[in-house]
Amino acid sequence: MKSTRAQGYLLSAIIFFVFIALWHVATLQTVHLAEGTHLAPAQIAALEEMGMATGDIETLAAAGLSFAQMQQLAGLGLTLEELEMAGGIGAFGFTTGEGGAAETAVTGFPGPGQVGREIVNQLSDPFYNRGPNDKGILLQLLYSLRRVALGFGLALLVALPLGFLLGMSPVFKTALDPYVQILKPISPLAWMPLALYTIKDAELSSIFVIFICSIWPMLINTTFGVAAVKSDWINLGRTLELGRFNLAWRIILPAAAPTIFTGMRISIGIAWLVIVAAEMLIGGTGIGYFVWNEWNGLNIDSMILAILVIGLVGFALDAALGTLLRRFSYKA
Amino acid sequence: MKKQLVLSETLTKAYPSENRGEPELVVFENVNFRIREGEFVTCIGHSGCGKSTILNILAGLQSPSKGYVFLDGKEITRPGLDRAVVFQGHSLLPWLTALENVTFAVRARWPEWTKAQVRAHALEYIEMVGLKDAFDRKPHQLSGGMCQRVGIARAFAIRSRLLLMDEPFGALDALTRGSIQEELVKICAATGQTVFMITHDVDEAILLSDRIFLMTNGPRAHVAEAVSINLPRPRDRAEIVHHPGYYTIRNHLVDFLVSRSRELSGGRHGATPVPVHNAKGELLFPPDVDPLALSETVTR
Ligand SMILES: Nc1ncnc2c1ncn2[C@@H]1O[C@H](COP(=O)(O)OP(=O)(O)O)[C@@H](O)[C@H]1O
Ligand SMILES: [Mg+2]
Repeated sequence: MKSTRAQGYLLSAIIFFVFIALWHVATLQTVHLAEGTHLAPAQIAALEEMGMATGDIETLAAAGLSFAQMQQLAGLGLTLEELEMAGGIGAFGFTTGEGGAAETAVTGFPGPGQVGREIVNQLSDPFYNRGPNDKGILLQLLYSLRRVALGFGLALLVALPLGFLLGMSPVFKTALDPYVQILKPISPLAWMPLALYTIKDAELSSIFVIFICSIWPMLINTTFGVAAVKSDWINLGRTLELGRFNLAWRIILPAAAPTIFTGMRISIGIAWLVIVAAEMLIGGTGIGYFVWNEWNGLNIDSMILAILVIGLVGFALDAALGTLLRRFSYKA
Repeated sequence: MKKQLVLSETLTKAYPSENRGEPELVVFENVNFRIREGEFVTCIGHSGCGKSTILNILAGLQSPSKGYVFLDGKEITRPGLDRAVVFQGHSLLPWLTALENVTFAVRARWPEWTKAQVRAHALEYIEMVGLKDAFDRKPHQLSGGMCQRVGIARAFAIRSRLLLMDEPFGALDALTRGSIQEELVKICAATGQTVFMITHDVDEAILLSDRIFLMTNGPRAHVAEAVSINLPRPRDRAEIVHHPGYYTIRNHLVDFLVSRSRELSGGRHGATPVPVHNAKGELLFPPDVDPLALSETVTR
């Protein structure tokens, strides 16, 4: 038992290092030329064949021109010097991004070393706040977590009593079932425009979207868990004259707890999936917006870091509810 | 003669038939019986004759279609702490330990007690069923027999007027069943608890009972007779079978189950209505039968 675990973890570590190594090798190839050059060897060879000097290719690539643009230039048959005399590449209608951004943009997919440096860099000051488009990654994460906590908490407050009602009363269950069945499969993001229009507040709208996506698994599981409580236990409570509140609190709730926590676990997973998408749509703050913002700036390494963080947080949320679930589980 | 504690009067349970036009299904009809204070009564009858239904009506968990049951002169209409129920499955709360399962009931019975009082009282009953060393275990860590013992401790702990048990040992193996039966004999002797129990085990019924209610087959089942078990107490499972009257009683019961229960059955359409009242309009109870006295008359 112990040794299978150890073997498993060893294998995990091996997979990790193999992945990093492959990643490293795969990203090496495109940057084998001078700093800032983004062209593949085959592309350089093609340009050279069209009569462009190797030095010129490197300079133009460093300036941020694409392969297509350079092919056009090569087609003109001019040297770089002649180009400069003719008024620079701008005169030919070629635009390159502003220096810095273009440079990182054209270096292609970052290698593990570069992402590692970015991780250290970001995590050395994770909570900085320099205006709307420049916040530390963990600060953005806190915005997302806050939205999830609020939306999920509200959903729990509604789902639990409502689930009890539906689970205990077949009439209400039958009455509300069609609504639940129709509302449940609606993508939470489909609510977003309507929420924005009605609530007129981006923050509240995203909380609403989390609320609406996390309520269904909790409602359905609570209903099912409450309805499935063994009738012997209910009868026991009745013969002990427990009263409605004590019956619910001391018999039905603990009996249904594992099912309810399973619902909560499903809900928090969905909420975490949805918040990233919602923040990409709404913008402003949050880890989803962070990813979107880095994509717009083509900071691939920050993006990778953010994706990693999203995965880790999702894992932590699931593990936390898994622990709660185990705490309240029982063997029948 | 001890005071009468339970009275069942013209108790009837019928279910509407599934097909239209067919008469309703009368499970049992005009069931009359009395249980005296401190008496141990078992009820035997073929499966489906309505034993569990009668027990549930006594518990207040089901209601009759017609007739009444009284506890101490008061009609039973809902469940209450004056009755304790041991269900067929152990029905322990699996998230609580053995002791907590008992304190759960004790707290409900005496809400004004302190924690220490509740615990001490519950422990007393846990010890009584021989589970002192296992009080801290959850039901899944206990054997089926131990679980049923906890259920019995819980039922006795609330000191109800009437203890109801529905085939409490049905799911246990023969050896375990034997040792719990023996404990039950002792506990009942010590506490003087009034018990109404359902069983399908004839030997179990003889060992435990003062009287055995024999029910005819359904539909329209009724209690045909109340067999008195006049064997000396305290009884011992190994010794009682050597009593000269044991097999007389046993044969009487088996004979009823094998043939008479069917012959006496009311049948689906109620061809032979069972008399409920005598000529003076008084309630008729099933005859008290003592197989030992019967056999004496025969041999004499
Ligand atoms: N809801 C119901 N509808 C119709 N018949 C029922 C219903 N519940 C119980 N019965 C019938 O009542 C009869 C008595 O059941 P029960 O009291 O459990 O018998 P026993 O405990 O003697 O085996 C059974 O024959 C069963 O078919
Ligand atoms: Mg039954």
